[in-house]
Amino acid sequence: MNAPNASGWKPGTPVEGHNAMSGPDTATGNRALMLEEPLLFEIGHIETTGVDLPEPKDGPNRLGGFERNEPIGLPGLSEPETVRHYTRLSRQNYAIDLGLFPLGSCTMKHNPRLNEKIARMPGFGDVHPLQPVDTVRGALEVINELAFWLLDLTGMHGVAMSPKAGAHGELCGILCIRAALEARGDAREVILVPESAHGTNPATAAFAGYKVEDIPATPEGRVDLEALKARLGPDVAGVMITNPNTCGLFEPDMKAISDAVHEAGGFVYCDGANFNAIVGKVRPGDLGVDAMHINLHKTFSTPHGGGGPGSGPVVLSEALSPYGPLPFTARTADGVVHLVEEENADEFEHTKAFGRMTAFHGQMGMFTRALAYMLSHGADGLKQVAEDAVLNANYVLRSLEDVLDAPFGPSGPCMHEALFSDKGFGEGLSTLDLAKAMIDEGYHPMTMYFPLVVHGAMLVEPTETESKAALDQFIMALRSVAERAKAGDETLKTAPHYAPRRRLDETQAARKPVLAWNDPAMA
Amino acid sequence: MRYLPLTDTDRSDMLAKIGAPDIDALFADVPEEARLSGPIEGLPMHASEMAVEKHMRRLSKKNLAAADAAFFLGAGAYKHHIPASVDHIIQRGEFLTAYTPYQPEIAQGTLQMLFEFQTQVARLYGCAVANASMYDGSTACWEAVAMAGRVARGKKHKVVLSGALHPHYAEVVRTMAKFTDDEIAGAPPSLTAKPDDDGLIARIDENTSCVVVQYPDILGRLPDLARIAEAAHDKGALLIAVNTEPVALGAIKSPGELGADIVVGEGQSIGVGLQFGGPYLGLFAVRDEKHVRMMPGRLCGETQDAEGKRGFVLTLSTREQHIRREKATSNICTNSGLCALAFNVHMTLLGEEGLRRLAMENHRLACMAADRLAKVPGVKVLNHAFFNEFTILLDGDARSIVRELTKQDILAGVSLGRLFPDIDCLSNGLLVAVTETTTEEDIETLASALEEMLA
Amino acid sequence: MARYFTDEHEWIDVEGDTATVGITDYAQGQLGDIVFVELPDVGSVIDKGKDAAVVESVKAASDVYAPISGEIMETNDALEDDPALVNTSPEEDGWFFKMTIGDKSQLEGLMDQAAYKSFCDGL
Repeated sequence: MNAPNASGWKPGTPVEGHNAMSGPDTATGNRALMLEEPLLFEIGHIETTGVDLPEPKDGPNRLGGFERNEPIGLPGLSEPETVRHYTRLSRQNYAIDLGLFPLGSCTMKHNPRLNEKIARMPGFGDVHPLQPVDTVRGALEVINELAFWLLDLTGMHGVAMSPKAGAHGELCGILCIRAALEARGDAREVILVPESAHGTNPATAAFAGYKVEDIPATPEGRVDLEALKARLGPDVAGVMITNPNTCGLFEPDMKAISDAVHEAGGFVYCDGANFNAIVGKVRPGDLGVDAMHINLHKTFSTPHGGGGPGSGPVVLSEALSPYGPLPFTARTADGVVHLVEEENADEFEHTKAFGRMTAFHGQMGMFTRALAYMLSHGADGLKQVAEDAVLNANYVLRSLEDVLDAPFGPSGPCMHEALFSDKGFGEGLSTLDLAKAMIDEGYHPMTMYFPLVVHGAMLVEPTETESKAALDQFIMALRSVAERAKAGDETLKTAPHYAPRRRLDETQAARKPVLAWNDPAMA
Repeated sequence: MRYLPLTDTDRSDMLAKIGAPDIDALFADVPEEARLSGPIEGLPMHASEMAVEKHMRRLSKKNLAAADAAFFLGAGAYKHHIPASVDHIIQRGEFLTAYTPYQPEIAQGTLQMLFEFQTQVARLYGCAVANASMYDGSTACWEAVAMAGRVARGKKHKVVLSGALHPHYAEVVRTMAKFTDDEIAGAPPSLTAKPDDDGLIARIDENTSCVVVQYPDILGRLPDLARIAEAAHDKGALLIAVNTEPVALGAIKSPGELGADIVVGEGQSIGVGLQFGGPYLGLFAVRDEKHVRMMPGRLCGETQDAEGKRGFVLTLSTREQHIRREKATSNICTNSGLCALAFNVHMTLLGEEGLRRLAMENHRLACMAADRLAKVPGVKVLNHAFFNEFTILLDGDARSIVRELTKQDILAGVSLGRLFPDIDCLSNGLLVAVTETTTEEDIETLASALEEMLA
Repeated sequence: MARYFTDEHEWIDVEGDTATVGITDYAQGQLGDIVFVELPDVGSVIDKGKDAAVVESVKAASDVYAPISGEIMETNDALEDDPALVNTSPEEDGWFFKMTIGDKSQLEGLMDQAAYKSFCDGL
C-alpha cells in the first residue's frame, strides 16, 4: 500500500525552493523510472530476429505458385530488446497489482497467481481441442466440475459453457429464449430493458431480431413493477434485468417481476455482471430467472488482461435448457464425462440446440482458473466474498456521502458498488475532471457517466480483495478531490498532471483516424 | 481465506461506521426467503493452495499433452513453439491485471501494444486496417459476414460459403444467420487434389453479399483467391478470406494482396498455446480504409496529448454497443487483449526474417511427412499443394485408426469423420498437420504405425 | 428562399422544389466536436421523421431525421474530409443533404427563425 507515509514524508511540506515534479528538461525526455518507449516499427528491423531458426534451404516446394515475393514489413527485435520494449510499455499501465481499481460494474478483484500456474499445467495448456476424447477426459472433467459449481451457486438447471465473454453469453441466453418461443410457435417481437441497462443488453436483443422497449424506473432506482406489468402482453418475448442493478441496488421485486413475466408467457434474462454481490448468498434460480450469463473474469477472478479474454457461461432454467448450444459436457452414471457435439446430441437427448456459438469448447484457459478460484474459496469463502464486497462498498458509501452526493444513499444500503453524482461541483467542473484528478492521486478512476440515469454518475466498486487500510486511503484521496471539485479548483480541469500522458485528444483521433503505423519516410 | 484481507475486527469496525447491526442488514433488500442462511450445501469448503493444486494436477494428468505424443493435429489450432519470454511478458501484472484501456493516460502500455498489434496484423494480411482482435477465428468469421451485410446496406441477403471452410466456422455462421434473415449457401467439401474454385464461383450471384473462402482451406489446399475475388467483385459481392494458420502467411501471398476485401482468422498459432480450444485470438482486417467505420470491434488510434506528445486512444467507439446500443455494429464488448499481446510479442521476436524461416521450416517438414506417408501402403496424399497441413486418404475408417493410435501416444491428426460426421464419403480422410515442433522421428513413428495398422 | 426549423434542431432552406437540410448552431453546440457525418445514399427516398443521417461526436452518435418526405438529390461531400465544418459553419458550409419536396404541406408545421429562437430560449 502506498499510504502517506511510512517513509515519514507528508504532503504539503515542500523543501524550500525545490519541487519534486518540476525539474530541468532531460535530454532523453525520460524522467528517471518513467521511460519513453518508441514504437516497435521505429526500433526494429526486418532482418532482425529473436528466435533461432534454420536458414531455409532452396529447393522445390509445394506452395502451388502462391509463394510470397513481396516483403511483409514486420520488424523484429532480439530477445533482450524485446523484453525491454514490453517491460517499459508495461510500466505505463495501471493494474490491480498496483492498487485499488474501483471500476464499478467491472469487478476488478485480485487475480490469484495459483490460477495462472494451474492453467499452464501441460494437461490443460497443451491439449488440442480435437484430440480423441479418451485423451482429454481430465479437461472435460474440469468443464463439467465448473458447470456443477455454477449450477449449485445459481440454483439453475443447465449451463452453456462455450460463450467467449459476457456479451457472447448474453446473446446465447437471448437465442435460447428465441428458440424456446419458436419451438412453441410463438412469434413475439419485443424485449423489455430498463433504461439503466448496460448498452450491451439492447445491442444483443436487437441483434437477435427483437424490438427493444424501455422499462421505467422508480425514483428509488428500481424497476417500476406496476409499469412493467402494464406493458406485458402476448408480444413480449422477455425482459432483460440486471440484478443487482446498474445503480448498485438489489431489485427487491425480482421474484414478482419473474412471476409476472412468466404469467404473460415471456422469459426472464438476468445480466449476471453483478453476481459478485450475491454469490453464495442468493441463488438467481430461486428468483425465477430463466437465463443468466456469468462473467468468469469478474466474479471468479480470471484476469482482465487489458481487455479480454473473458468467458461467459450461461446458466439456464429447465424451460430453456433443451435449447442450449453445442458443444457441452455430460457426466453419465458411470462417472465418465462426455463431450456432446452435433453427432451425438441425440444420445444425450439434446436435439433442440439452437446451434453453435464458437469453433471449439469455450474458454478452457479461463475454466481452469475459475475452478481453482472456486475450490480455493469453497462454499463458505464465496459467501464471504459477497459479504465483504458489499461491506466494502457500503463503507465507501457512508464514508463519503457527506462530501459527495449519493442519490440512493438515503434509501438504504447499496450492494457491491456505491453510486455518486456530480451535484454540488463548482462551475464548469465535471465528473471527468474529478476522475482524472484521481489518476494523479495514484488511482484508476471509478466508472464514469454510467448508469446514464444519474447525472455525472460515478460508480465505485472496491471489491472484497481490498483491506480496510487500502479503503481508508482511497476514501481520503477521493474526499480530498471531491472537496476540490466543490470548491471549484481549476487545476482539476487539466488533470492528470503526473501520468505518463496528459489528456489525449480524442477528437483528433476520431476525425482523422490513424489506425496503423505508416513509415514517415515512405509518405 | 487467503484472498480476503478484512479481519473480523475490521468487519465490526466497518459495520459500526456504516451503522448496521450485522452483515445481513446490508442484504435487507433481498427478500428473507431468497437469502441463504449458510454456505450452499453440496459444495466443499475452502481449500489450501496445496490442496487445490493437487486436485487440479490429478485432472491435468488424465489428459495426453501434445508434447508427450507424436502430434499431428491442426484443423484450426496448431502446436508451435512459444518462446519463454512471451509467457513472461504476458504474466507481468501491469498487462495481466489491467482493464480495457478506457483511461488512456494510464494505459499507454496496452494501447501502444494494440497499435503495434493492429499494424502487424494489417501487414500480415495485406490490409489497410486491422482491429484490436476478437474472440476467436470462428466468431471473427461471423462478424465479417455480418459486416458484409452492412456494406450491402441490407440489399443483398445471400452468403456463399466455400465447402472447404472449417465446418465449425460454417456452423457458427449458420447459427447466427438464423437471426438476420441471411440465406447461407454452403456445400459439402469435395475430396479433390485442388479446391473446386469453379463450383464456388458458379454459386455467386447478384444477390450475394459475400463469399467466404478459407486459405489454406480445411483440407490444407490453396484456393485461387485472386480469381474468386474477381468473380465476386463482378457481381458486387465482397470476398471474405479466412485464415486459420497465420504462420502460412510467412510463405504464401497475403489474402489482401490477392484481392480479399475482409480478411479474418485465428491468431492462436502466434504466441497462444493450444489450451483445449480457448482463449484464442480472432483477427479481423479490411483491405480498403473506406470500410473502417463498418468494422466491428475495438480500434486503437494515434493522437496527441495536451503537451503535444504522441499517445494512443481507443477510437471510433461510436460504432460500439455502449454508445450505439441497439444500433451498434456488434454486441460484443471485449477483445482478446492478452492473447493479442502474446501475438504481438511473439511476432516481434520472430520479425519478418524469423516468420519466413518458421514458415519454410514448417513447409519443409510437412513435405517430408507427405513424402514419407505416401510410401505407406494404403495411404494416398490428396493435396496438389499445401503449406503445413495436408489430407491423406486411408484404406480404412480414419476415425477409428486415430483412436487406436492414441494407445501408442500418437495423435495422428484430425479425421474428417470428426469434422464432418454426417458425410460418410469423407470417413477415410485424415488431416495431418506438421510444424517446427514435429521431429523426423515423430514422422517415422506415425508412418510405421500406419504401416503396421494398414497391413 | 425561405428557411424553416424543426424541433429536432434541423434547418431547411427551400428553393423551388428543392430543400437543403442541416443542423442548427444550437445543435452543434450541444453535440460538441463533430468527428464524422454519415450521409444518406443519393437517390434514396426517405419519409418524414425517418433516419436520414448520423452525426457523431467522440462519445455520442445522434440520428438526423428527414424533416420532410422526399428523394435525396445531393449530399455534402466536403463533410467526409472535414466534419468540423458542422461546428464552424453549421448553417451554411456544413449542410448535410439536398432533397426533393414530396409534399409541400409538410412545411407548414415548421418554425421560422423567430419561433425557433424562442423555442431554444425555452429549453
